[in-house]
Amino acid sequence: MIKFFHPNKIFLITSRAPKYVFFLFIVVLSIGLTEALVLSPEDYKQGHSVRIMYVHVPAAWLSLGIFSTISILSFGIFIFKIKHFSLIAKSLAPSGFLFSIIALVTGSIWGKPTWGTWWAWDARITSMLILSLFYFIYLLSWKIFENKENVIKITSIIAILGLINVPIIKFSVDWWSTLHQASSVKILSKTSIHPSMLTPLIIMTAAFALFSLLIFLMKYNTEMIKNKNKGLDRL
Amino acid sequence: MINELISMSGYGAYVWSAFSFAMIGFTSLFLIIKLDQIKEKKNFASKFSSLNAEKARFVESHIINQEILSITVKV
Repeated sequence: MIKFFHPNKIFLITSRAPKYVFFLFIVVLSIGLTEALVLSPEDYKQGHSVRIMYVHVPAAWLSLGIFSTISILSFGIFIFKIKHFSLIAKSLAPSGFLFSIIALVTGSIWGKPTWGTWWAWDARITSMLILSLFYFIYLLSWKIFENKENVIKITSIIAILGLINVPIIKFSVDWWSTLHQASSVKILSKTSIHPSMLTPLIIMTAAFALFSLLIFLMKYNTEMIKNKNKGLDRL
Repeated sequence: MINELISMSGYGAYVWSAFSFAMIGFTSLFLIIKLDQIKEKKNFASKFSSLNAEKARFVESHIINQEILSITVKV
């Protein structure tokens, strides 16, 4: 098990796995797009605009999931002093940021035919915008702070503070009266979405998750090469 | 059939722009990360080529460095 987490092994995996993940991503995305745009039925109320759900919802789920993971890793950095977690968190952030932007923009596009407006300052949309800002500040901190010890501390604090926003996003539709609809897909109770719509949603979520894994592997590999470059400077 | 797929009963502009935005986002992020990776690999190869023989042998003795250099040659 320890051998599996050896830097040499990790580097080999992050170097060679992306091409297989990329292939799998293209296959799953192709199936997902066919299901989402062609095979799935239109909604009896929203018509074809419901298809936006197949990019909006996976992007929102994954951006929340990735930020929660970054926050948990940041707790690990403070409590267990595992600095390596910062590299994992840093490599996860770019895809999480992109997903939060996709969720906001596609939500805005969906809002126009559904609510008659591109934007509303309601609790769900505003808290999602705050999540994007947390991602942006997190990534910006990695760019602007030079000292490694300081940047790890600062980014970890940002991620931990941002975690407060995660339950607010999740429960905003229950706590406040919002334009945004309540969740249709529930883990603990009965899902109110029809299987003909749930299937493409799950496939698109899998495709988005594979894309996130692909970006994570490539970014992690790049960060390891950057560290090696710094090592060469010290020789 | 094709016309219906494009127009989607008047919702086509919304649906296609949402999907296009997501796909453009995916492609852009993939390219940004890939180009950064290539730049770092080239940077490594350039620094390696400026090392003297003794230091080069030391660097080459590490598996990760061997892997970076082998990929850099392909790039």
